[in-house]
Amino acid sequence: MKLSLFPLVCLCAVSAQGALDQSLQALANVGREGQGNEAASVAWKEVVQTGPASLPALLAVVGKGSPVADNWLRIAGDAIVQNARAQGQALPVAEVEAFLKDTAHPPPARRLAFDLLKEADPARADAVEPSLATDPVQELRRGAVQRLIDAARTKEADAAKTAYLAALDVVRDEDQTRAIVTELRKQSVPVDLPKHFGFLMQWQVIGPFDNSERKGFETVFPPEKEIRLDATYDGKSGPVKWQPFVSGDEYGKLDFNKPFGMLKEVTAYAVADFQSTEERDAEIRLGCKDGWKVWLNGQFLFGRDEYHRGQQMDQYKLKCHLRKGANTILVKCCQNEQKEQWTVEWEFQLRVCDGAGTAILAAATPAK
Amino acid sequence: MRLLYSLSLLALAWAAPALGLRLGRNSVAPDSTAVAPDGQIPAALKIDWSVPLPGRGLASPIIVGDKLFLTCASGPKQERLHLFCLDAANGRKIWERQLQATGRTMSHPKTSIASSTPCSDGRHVFALWSCNDLAAFDLEGNLLWVRGLTTDYPNASNSLGMASSPIVIGETVVVTIENDSESYSLGVDAKTGCNLWKLDRPKAANWSSPVPWRAGAHATPVAVLQSSKGLLAVDPASGSRLWEYTEGASTTSSSVVASGIIYAASNGVTALSPDASNAAPKQLWRSKQINPATISPLVLGGSIFSCNNAGVILAGDIKTGSIQWKLRLTGPFSGSPVGAGSRLLAVNEKGLVQVVETSASEGKLIGQVQLPLNTETKENILCTPAISGNHVYVRTDSTLWRLGE
Repeated sequence: MKLSLFPLVCLCAVSAQGALDQSLQALANVGREGQGNEAASVAWKEVVQTGPASLPALLAVVGKGSPVADNWLRIAGDAIVQNARAQGQALPVAEVEAFLKDTAHPPPARRLAFDLLKEADPARADAVEPSLATDPVQELRRGAVQRLIDAARTKEADAAKTAYLAALDVVRDEDQTRAIVTELRKQSVPVDLPKHFGFLMQWQVIGPFDNSERKGFETVFPPEKEIRLDATYDGKSGPVKWQPFVSGDEYGKLDFNKPFGMLKEVTAYAVADFQSTEERDAEIRLGCKDGWKVWLNGQFLFGRDEYHRGQQMDQYKLKCHLRKGANTILVKCCQNEQKEQWTVEWEFQLRVCDGAGTAILAAATPAK
Repeated sequence: MRLLYSLSLLALAWAAPALGLRLGRNSVAPDSTAVAPDGQIPAALKIDWSVPLPGRGLASPIIVGDKLFLTCASGPKQERLHLFCLDAANGRKIWERQLQATGRTMSHPKTSIASSTPCSDGRHVFALWSCNDLAAFDLEGNLLWVRGLTTDYPNASNSLGMASSPIVIGETVVVTIENDSESYSLGVDAKTGCNLWKLDRPKAANWSSPVPWRAGAHATPVAVLQSSKGLLAVDPASGSRLWEYTEGASTTSSSVVASGIIYAASNGVTALSPDASNAAPKQLWRSKQINPATISPLVLGGSIFSCNNAGVILAGDIKTGSIQWKLRLTGPFSGSPVGAGSRLLAVNEKGLVQVVETSASEGKLIGQVQLPLNTETKENILCTPAISGNHVYVRTDSTLWRLGE
């Protein structure tokens, strides 16, 4: 009897796994503007009904589709864990933890694995967290870094300094970095923040061009057609040419009001040569409260025509691919007509880093 | 509709005077007046219970049947989005769902990306965050669909944060994602989450919320979209334009609707009487005195009330706009007042809950209670309270309270 049922049991297991895979794929396949939602809605319930056993397969699909698809999967994972806890079902925490520790998995999947682990077994997650201080996923580092900061606060003098320096090595978030640097500077320890974050400090700038009625944002001025540092062009109020500008701000802000004066309804450009030691994926991260556009090696990355709504570090994360050797980063920055005191800023800050926020430092420019 | 009438839903306007932001109101009831039709506001309120929240937010809670729904956002960049379903009677968590923000999560420090009040058709709850993530669940927590509107329309955001609340009319969820850049309003199929229509909107920041309006008791409701240009009525099913009012409107306060009249947050308040012909609405009266500033007005009985940010309540005749009385409360206010019966309730930023008897000849403050806000974090009340039965629900960045008798 056992022998005769065995193939049937196997067949059922294979079939169930196949159904789960299909359902998970339906979640991963959702596309723009709700494409695939109807199938995903049915599949979501099937995945949740499968219960805790589906978590490893679910994690394996996260990060393979869009961020929206990841939310379908994340919400399913949440529901599974909550249902299991309510019903006293065992959760595959060891498998989830193993998944988290494998850095080959996509960042969104590992973030979800950690969140599920925290929900399913807080003590286990707590034990794992310190090991994430050097994790390639920025968000996963945060808790471990905070532990280092908290531990440093309990120390004094040289021991504290050593502890804060260790934390500085691994910290990536701006607020935590600021907390560490504040303590180190109290002990007269110099910290090179532009280098820590990877801000570009040395630029060539040109302007002002026109931005009356905010039309400059869409106007293609000469720097968008060619980068010739020895060229002279017609600007808004006369000839303009490139000039060097070095940011003195430790958060890398390039203030166009300094070279050009506090102007309104104007556009300026800044260009930097970034020498990459290798061809690689990277992120250009920008903070700007004016209208802006960014190009890398002549390729338009993104732009926004929003003015004076706020600025912060890493406000925009632009995924890009660096060539080995010289890379040209061009920034367009438009100032509008507003006259309020809080609309004076005509500036941006830009850094180059990896997905974890770790600075990618430029190599020295080859001598010509 | 009887079911919808029974929902205890509320009002929902929020505004930060320093920012000019506001959170809109949302309603499935036939009127959108910031009034709980079956509610009561006790004069002597006390705190029934409170529950801690894991993240920030100023979206109002909504109550559907015996369940309360509330959003918040946690994480150093507000990147984790939460929707809670709580037992409205005791605050016990029934379920929680979390999303990862797929759009930009930057906002002014005073506000939060959990700023849009959810809406419900009585069977589902629809939640929107300022990062343009929009999700639909049934009341048991099963996901119907989730959208990441910034993934679809990447330049639609406001670095101060957005706050317009969605509304649901029939089978359509209407959202306004209006900002300086990629500005639009969207009609989303409530069942599938797919677009039914998309309208380009003025390129200007707008925190006001749409309101439903209908030509008569049995007419199909339409969605009235508000912007700096005025009001635009659209068919919620198709997005087709029905009528327009072009004399400008607030981008912070939302309009209210009572008995077929739209009290538009326009040039103070302008009472408009649209009809089924889709002609431009007739203006009944306009009062620049009844200026809702950044807070949304309230229609209660025969009066319309505005509250300025400093705390002066001004009552006007709903038929003429003539001023009836003024009463100074203790401000400042960001959340809008709500009403039930003949009473008005307002909660100032410092957590002082104030109850006003509007039937008194000059209005009368008849009760107040101070919420124990967290002074260490300097938290304040930005949300508009919600009323269900004889209970009031108020939230901060850290806590949800229920007040009762």
